Amino acid sequence: MAALTTAAPEALAPVKARRTRPRYWRGAVLAIAGLYFVTPLLSSFVFTVHVPNQGLTFEAYSGILSADGFTESLFLSLSLAAATIALALLLVVPALVAVRLGPPRLRAVVEVVCMLPLVVPPIALVTGIATVLRWGPDHFSRTPLYQTFLAVQNESFPVVLVLAYTVLALPFVHRSLDAGLRAVDVPTLVEAARNCGASRLQVIVGVILPNLRSSLAGASFLTLALVLGEYTVASLLGFRPFAVWIVTVSGAEARMSVAVSLLSLLITWALLLVLSRAGTGSATTAVPAAAPTPVPGKE
Amino acid sequence: MSALPAPSTTAGHPEAARTAASEGRAATGARVEFRSLRRAFGPTVALDGLDLTAEPGELLALLGPSGCGKTTALRVLAGFEQPDSGEVLVDGEDITPVPANRRDAGMVFQSYSLFPHLNARDNVAFGPRMRGVSTAERHATAGELLELVGLPDHGSRFPHQMSGGQQQRVALARALALRPRVLLLDEPLSALDAKVRLTLREEIRRLQLSLGITTIFVTHDQEEALSMADRVAVLNAGRLEQCAPPAELYERPATPFVAEFVGTMNRLPGRLTGDGSVQVAGASLPVDGDIPAGRGAVDVLIRPESIGVTADPEGIATVVSASFLGSVTRVLLDLPDGVAAKADLPSRDATELAPGVRVRVTPVRRPVLVVPVRETTAAPEAAAPGDKVDA
Repeated sequence: MAALTTAAPEALAPVKARRTRPRYWRGAVLAIAGLYFVTPLLSSFVFTVHVPNQGLTFEAYSGILSADGFTESLFLSLSLAAATIALALLLVVPALVAVRLGPPRLRAVVEVVCMLPLVVPPIALVTGIATVLRWGPDHFSRTPLYQTFLAVQNESFPVVLVLAYTVLALPFVHRSLDAGLRAVDVPTLVEAARNCGASRLQVIVGVILPNLRSSLAGASFLTLALVLGEYTVASLLGFRPFAVWIVTVSGAEARMSVAVSLLSLLITWALLLVLSRAGTGSATTAVPAAAPTPVPGKE
Repeated sequence: MSALPAPSTTAGHPEAARTAASEGRAATGARVEFRSLRRAFGPTVALDGLDLTAEPGELLALLGPSGCGKTTALRVLAGFEQPDSGEVLVDGEDITPVPANRRDAGMVFQSYSLFPHLNARDNVAFGPRMRGVSTAERHATAGELLELVGLPDHGSRFPHQMSGGQQQRVALARALALRPRVLLLDEPLSALDAKVRLTLREEIRRLQLSLGITTIFVTHDQEEALSMADRVAVLNAGRLEQCAPPAELYERPATPFVAEFVGTMNRLPGRLTGDGSVQVAGASLPVDGDIPAGRGAVDVLIRPESIGVTADPEGIATVVSASFLGSVTRVLLDLPDGVAAKADLPSRDATELAPGVRVRVTPVRRPVLVVPVRETTAAPEAAAPGDKVDA
């Protein structure tokens, strides 16, 4: 069919390149921040490769893979992280989309609920969990829930840690996704997709999630970092994921312990890079990157 | 085979569509009926028993002030709002309980609603993809539609790489991709600059005429409504005031609200004479429509072009200002008792009408509407929660 019109006359005006001027104070601030950040890492690295009276050696690194418990603990932490990310996103994404489409007052409620773990110290959380885990089997010993209480504490994959980590990750996942959703006109996109024949599930999977890739990547990274570095809950509940293993091994193998810590940082940064590129590297992404979100500190 | 609806020769003209229907020839578009629609948001009633019909193939504009319910009516038709009572019929079928994704209605939104992560071609092909159409077929459809809206070379561009006008063209193509029976336009031009708006509204009209698709167009812009629509439905406080072709709406408004809302209207003091006419500015004019009982003071509604002005030192009015508008000059007059009036005169007849000049005012003898003096017909300002900025 012939076109009824010619191409639109309106064209995007080229954006003028912003004139840049050297700002020396910026360089100074960056240098100070860099020193603050790099000095401990460099010191740690030197500690791992320099042995007094022996000189330079990479034994601390070469022995990691063969170290007792390393593979198991790392695999456990990565498995827990994957499960935590999946559960947290499954909980938060539909909830946030729903409150974007629903009454605005619900947003505040969801935000408060998601932020609560920030004000509850992990020690309080783990105390509560431990109490429930002790109390449960005594009171449900004659019900199917007894088996559930045992199953969630399975050492090969402690589901109770996934549940606890999901609670701890809620603030970071919420902030990251909320920032991403603020950049998207969710109601209009949902209605446009529904008008095109999409079901509710197709709307979430085919329209909302692709436009939240940056936020999803950010939320996933933050959760991964939290789980890899989490010590308090796992240690007090008696499990031995990666962070607990590092602390355990530090008594006998101090250099290896520091080397593993350094490597875990590098692995985390590498994953961050990969996730960031997956989220924003494509030219197809029109949604601005999510607002900066605080990184959960390692315990 | 073309993926697009076949052009209709009767499209866009209700009389022609009615004739076609009576002759047994089907127009491409569907007949849409709103029956006693009511929708309230808390205490705010957005639709208060709306009855309205769009004939097959016509472009029906919903016009009204903010909060009148026009966007709510469109959203009910699209399935985004459920009415409290009443029903929506498309070709006689009650679609009120049908979910939004199963209604045969393509919609173009006020804000740019393209999916940011998809390029123009994939945006247009989104609907067919949801319906399970093969990749080759939906890309062919998208290509045809992008060509139809004048963007054949923009298929690989993403929304952020296109201007607002281009985005709305793509949105129009996307709305047509599922070959809907009804096209819904929710102020699609309001976010565009004036020049693009003018171009695009002409293109939308030509496209609608070409495809013969029944189109319901929500706008608060009178000029848009009057220039594009076959008929204009004026809504006020959730009710239909009048639905008529643009010329009839302007020349023969059915209610004082329509008279004052559509176009510019003077409200001059007059006095009923009891014989079906009214005395105003020294002239006796026949009254159109309802006549308030008895004799007495009333307000007379007169269009600016129905007021003649002649320079006369003995005249009762004074020129306050004269604005040259091209072929017409709008003269603002100060009448006795502090009454202001506007008169539109051919510019060649208004050369002497400088500010301060005394003039004689002569209303053109034609039927006028009268309303009680204290009656308020001002449009409500508050928007219903379900309505957007303009609804």
